[in-house]
Amino acid sequence: MIRLPLVLMFSSLLFSAGVYGVLARRNAVMVLMAIELMLNAVNVNLVAFASSLQQMTGQVFALFVIAVAAAEVGIGLALVILLFRTRESINVDEVNLLKW
Amino acid sequence: MNLAASGGEAVYETTTGGLWFVEHAWIVVLLPLVSAALILFFGSRTPGKGAVYGIAAVGASFVFSLGVLLHFAQGGGPFEGHVEWFTIGPLHLELGILVDGLTGIMLVVVTAVSLCVHVYSLGYMHGDERFTWFYVVLSLFTAAMLTVVVSNNLIQLLVGWEVMGICSYLLVGHWWEVKENSNAAIKAFITTRIGDIPFTFGIFALIAATGFTTTNIGEVSHELGLGEVSPLFVSMAAILLFGGTVGKSAQFPLHVWLPDAMAGPTPVSALIHAATMVAAGVYLIARLFEVFLLADEWVLTTVSIIGGITAVGAALLAIVQNDIKRVLAYSTLSQLAYMVAGLSLGELGLTAGIFHLFTHAFFKALLFLGAGSVIHAVHSNNMSDMGGLRKSMPITFWTMLLGSLALAGIFPLAGFWSKDELLVVAQEEHVTWLFVVFLGTAVITAFYTIRMLLLTFFGEYKGHAHPHESPATMTGPLIALAAATVGVGLLGAPQLGAVFGQWVFFEAVHEAVFVPWIALLSTAGALLGLAAGYTLYKDRKERDPLQSPMGPLWNVLEHRYYIDAFYMRAIVYPVRDGLSGAVNWFNQHVIDAVVNGTAVLAKGSGQAVAWFDRTVIDGAVNGAGETAGRTGNALKYLQTGNVQWYAVGLFVGVIALSIVFVKLV
Repeated sequence: MIRLPLVLMFSSLLFSAGVYGVLARRNAVMVLMAIELMLNAVNVNLVAFASSLQQMTGQVFALFVIAVAAAEVGIGLALVILLFRTRESINVDEVNLLKW
Repeated sequence: MNLAASGGEAVYETTTGGLWFVEHAWIVVLLPLVSAALILFFGSRTPGKGAVYGIAAVGASFVFSLGVLLHFAQGGGPFEGHVEWFTIGPLHLELGILVDGLTGIMLVVVTAVSLCVHVYSLGYMHGDERFTWFYVVLSLFTAAMLTVVVSNNLIQLLVGWEVMGICSYLLVGHWWEVKENSNAAIKAFITTRIGDIPFTFGIFALIAATGFTTTNIGEVSHELGLGEVSPLFVSMAAILLFGGTVGKSAQFPLHVWLPDAMAGPTPVSALIHAATMVAAGVYLIARLFEVFLLADEWVLTTVSIIGGITAVGAALLAIVQNDIKRVLAYSTLSQLAYMVAGLSLGELGLTAGIFHLFTHAFFKALLFLGAGSVIHAVHSNNMSDMGGLRKSMPITFWTMLLGSLALAGIFPLAGFWSKDELLVVAQEEHVTWLFVVFLGTAVITAFYTIRMLLLTFFGEYKGHAHPHESPATMTGPLIALAAATVGVGLLGAPQLGAVFGQWVFFEAVHEAVFVPWIALLSTAGALLGLAAGYTLYKDRKERDPLQSPMGPLWNVLEHRYYIDAFYMRAIVYPVRDGLSGAVNWFNQHVIDAVVNGTAVLAKGSGQAVAWFDRTVIDGAVNGAGETAGRTGNALKYLQTGNVQWYAVGLFVGVIALSIVFVKLV
C-alpha cells in the first residue's frame, strides 16, 4: 500500500502542472487539457482519502467528477471548434473582445 | 323637516281648527323664501317678469297666517317646535318656531301688508328696469321678517334681523343711479348698524347668562328668572338689546335714517319703513319682554323717555314737511315711539303697544300706498305740486281719508282704539307725563294729518302732470287696507270683548277697560288738532301760515333740530375726512408694508432654499453619480478581456484566502 503523503504530493504536483497549463498556455485545447489535469489531481486526492479513511464517499465523488469532466470537455471542445470557425485561431490571447 | 315630529311641545287647552297651521308655521316663512329664489332664477323668463311667484307665495302665507290666528281665536295655546341646527361645545343651536298669540298677530300683519304691497307694486313699479330684482328682494325681505317673527331662539332671530337690514338697504337704494338715493341707502344701513352692535352684544350677554348652553328665548328668560344672574347684568343686557330697537325702529337718537329712507320706491316705504321692519324693534322688546321686566327699573324708564322724546319730536317735525312721504315718515317715527313707550309701561303696555303696532301697520301702509298713488299721478313728492286731487283720484282720496282719520284717532277707526288703550294704560300705571305726551302727540298728529290731506287733495291743483286715478292693481290694495283700517280696531274694542288682549298678553290676560273720560279727551284732542289744521290750511297760501308766527322755532324744525347736521359735522365728516384718511394711511403704510414685507421675506427665503437645493442637494446627487462614474472608469482597466488574467486573480485569491484561513483563523 502506497503511503498517503506520497499520493498527496503526487496530486499536488499534478494540480500545479494543471494550474500552470491553465495560466500559461496559449492554445485553447491545451488549456482544456490542463483543466482536466487539475480535475484529475482532485480525483486522486478523493480516492486516496477514501482509501485511507475506509469510506466510499470519496470514490463516489470521483465518479461524479469524471462524469462532469466528460461533459465539460464536450462543451469546451465545442466552444473551441466554434472559436476556430469564427477566428481561424484558437489562441486565447487573441480572444479578448469582452473587455472595457 | 317635520317640526311637530321632532320635539314639538304644545300646551293645548282645546283642540282647535288652526292647530295644523300652528304646528307647520315654518311653511309661512318658507314660501316667500322659495318664491325669492324662483323669481331670482326664473323671474325674467316668466310672463309678468316673476311677480306672480311672489304674489302667490305671500298670498298663500297670508292664508296660512290666518289659519294660525284661528288657532288663537279659538283659545289655543302656544306651540314650540325645533330641529337641531348645530352644536358648539355645550351650546346647542336650534332651528325652530315659537308660535304664540304675538307671533300669530305679527304673521298676519306682515303677510297681509306684504301681500298688498306685492300686488300694488305691479302697478307702481310697472316698466321699472329692475322690476324682477325688486320682487326678489321684496320676497326675501318678507321671508326674513317672518323668520324674526317665528324664531324661537336669539341666533335665528339675529339672522332674520340682519337679512331684513340688507333688504332694506337694497330697496332704499333701488334707484341708485341718483346719488341721493344711494346715500340714503348707506345712511339707513350704517345708522341701523350702529344700533345692531349693542343688540348683538345684548344677545351675547343673554347667551352668556345661561353659561353658553342655549339660545332659546324661553329658556334664556327662564334662566334669568331664577335670579342667579345679577340685576345689573340683566339691565345691561336689556339696554343693549334696546339699542337694536333704537336702530331698527328709528328711535331718537338714531331716527335720522328713516326720513331719508323715503328715497326708496313708495311700496317699499309702506312695507318696510312703515308697517313691518321698523316694527321689528318693537316686536323685539315684546318677544324679550321678560328680560326687560327683570331688569332694573331705570331700563324701562330709559325706554319710556326715548319713546316720549321721539313721539313728540318727530310729530313736530311732520308739521313742517313739504314732501308727503316725509310727513308720513315722521309720523311713523312718532307712532313707533308710541309703541315703544307703551311697551315700557309693563305688562298692560305690552298688549296695548302691540295692538297699536297691529292697527298702525294697516293704516300707515294704507297712507303710504295712497301717497304712492298720488306720487304716481303727479310725478312729484312735494305737496306744493299737489292739491285738488280729490276729484281726479276719488278712490285714493277716500281710502287715504280713512287712513288719515285712523291715524288721527277718530272713532271708530283702528287708531282710536289702540291710542285709547295706550292712554288708559298710561293712566292706570300712573305715568302722568307719558299720558300727557301721548295726548299732546295725538293733537299734533291730527294737526299734521289734516294739513297733509288739505294740501294734497283740496284747493287748486298746482302740479304740471295730468293726474289720473291709479290702475286697479294699486287701488285694490288701497281698498283692502282701508277695509282693514275700519275693521281691525274693533278687535281691541273693550265693548266687543277686546279679543286682541286674549291673544297677545304677558303671563295673564288682563280685562281691557273702557274709560269714558279718556276716550272723550283723546277724541277732543284729535278734533282740536283737526280743527286747528283745517282753519290754518283750508285756504292755500304761498307760505306756510305757521312760518311767521313760529319764528326761529320753524327754522329749528326745518333743519330737523340740527341733529342731522350735527351728525354730519361731528361724526360723518371727521370719519370721512380724518379717520378714513388715517385708516387709509395705516392701510397703505402699515398693513401693505406687512404684506409686502412678508412677500419679500417669502421671496428671499425661496431663493435661499432654491440655492440650497441646486448646490447642496443637487451637488450630493450629482457627486454620487460622478464618483461612481470615475471609480468605474478607473477600475475598468482591470477587465482586460484576457481570461487567463482572470484565472490568475482567481488563484491568487484562493491562495490568499487559504493563507488567511489557515494562519489567522
